Amino acid sequence: MTLTEPRVWEALEEIPDPEIPVVSLVDLGVIRSVDVENGHVRIEFTPTFLGCPALEVMKRAMEEKVAELGAEPEVEVISDDSWSTDRITPAGRAKLRAAGFAPPAPREASAPKLVQLQANTHRCPYCGSTETRLENIFGPTPCRSLRYCESCRQPFEQFKTI
Amino acid sequence: MNEQALLGLADDELIVGWRDSEWTGIAPMLEEDVAFSSIAQNEIGHARAVYSLLSDDPDALAFDREPEEYRCAPLVELHLLEWAHTIARRWLYEVADEIRITALKDDSDPAVAGLAAKIDREEAYHRMHAEMWHERLRDEPRFRAAVEELWPYALGVLPAELRGELVSRIGLDEVEAVERGTHTDELGPLWEEMTVVRRSAPAGAQW
Repeated sequence: MTLTEPRVWEALEEIPDPEIPVVSLVDLGVIRSVDVENGHVRIEFTPTFLGCPALEVMKRAMEEKVAELGAEPEVEVISDDSWSTDRITPAGRAKLRAAGFAPPAPREASAPKLVQLQANTHRCPYCGSTETRLENIFGPTPCRSLRYCESCRQPFEQFKTI
Repeated sequence: MNEQALLGLADDELIVGWRDSEWTGIAPMLEEDVAFSSIAQNEIGHARAVYSLLSDDPDALAFDREPEEYRCAPLVELHLLEWAHTIARRWLYEVADEIRITALKDDSDPAVAGLAAKIDREEAYHRMHAEMWHERLRDEPRFRAAVEELWPYALGVLPAELRGELVSRIGLDEVEAVERGTHTDELGPLWEEMTVVRRSAPAGAQW
């Protein structure tokens, strides 16, 4: 059977994000393109944050997955600004919310501002209330902030918009 | 942008990241422990990405040079385990860095411009952190004194043509800068610590 691009995408769908395993690399939107040619699979991959320590782990997982399909992998890391949190798929957002991570707000034309983070517009993933406050711009990984829901009194992690 | 200037940017990010990481575990409050660790991780990630534009071996650029070969601005070298000075440096550095990254987003090399735009997205959160602390401490005499003390160093982060904007954003008069290309005595001990693993295992450390 000839290896097709949809088959590679399907296989990549099985690779969990090493830090938030409820979402796959495909859900995160970090795989920019897949090209299959004569048993050679070329993947263009955009890191979420440049300092993300999971980068090498993700790269290796993709290479192993392609090798399992009997093809020769080539994963290229693209460090431009083509990835933003808007690339997280609707399915990915739903999975994040179900696991207690508030998905990122849509990106606006200008960079996010402190007043926006401090505003009561971020929704609690547990009870849906927007009565939430910013606890810390930073969290357990570079991609997350910490918030607290005043309504259900639950702290939660908010995916940063970048 | 020329390679020396990019190397200066990468070295600034590496060394400021190293200095920020010195607060890991000992920051005055848990939130800042998390913030400084996260900021340090981002800055070092930016350094790695810029070194990777300049070389196929970013680790060699980061760790295999002699201290005097680094192109970082003296501002980032200073060992400042005192909160007012630490916040003053973060604020001054982030304002200067924003001016520099904004200019770099228009670079004629698309690889440089693209990377600058990506770095800019992440730096937005460092700026918020600096702004939040600046708001909180701006009228404190200890903080004002620290800003004035570090001001000549902050000017040295930018090339002369970009300093005017820093002067107007910070609101202090332009003075003689502590220029890039000179080093403080504090870089040596930092370098010793930063490169110890690399020097003890040149073939690569196995964990």
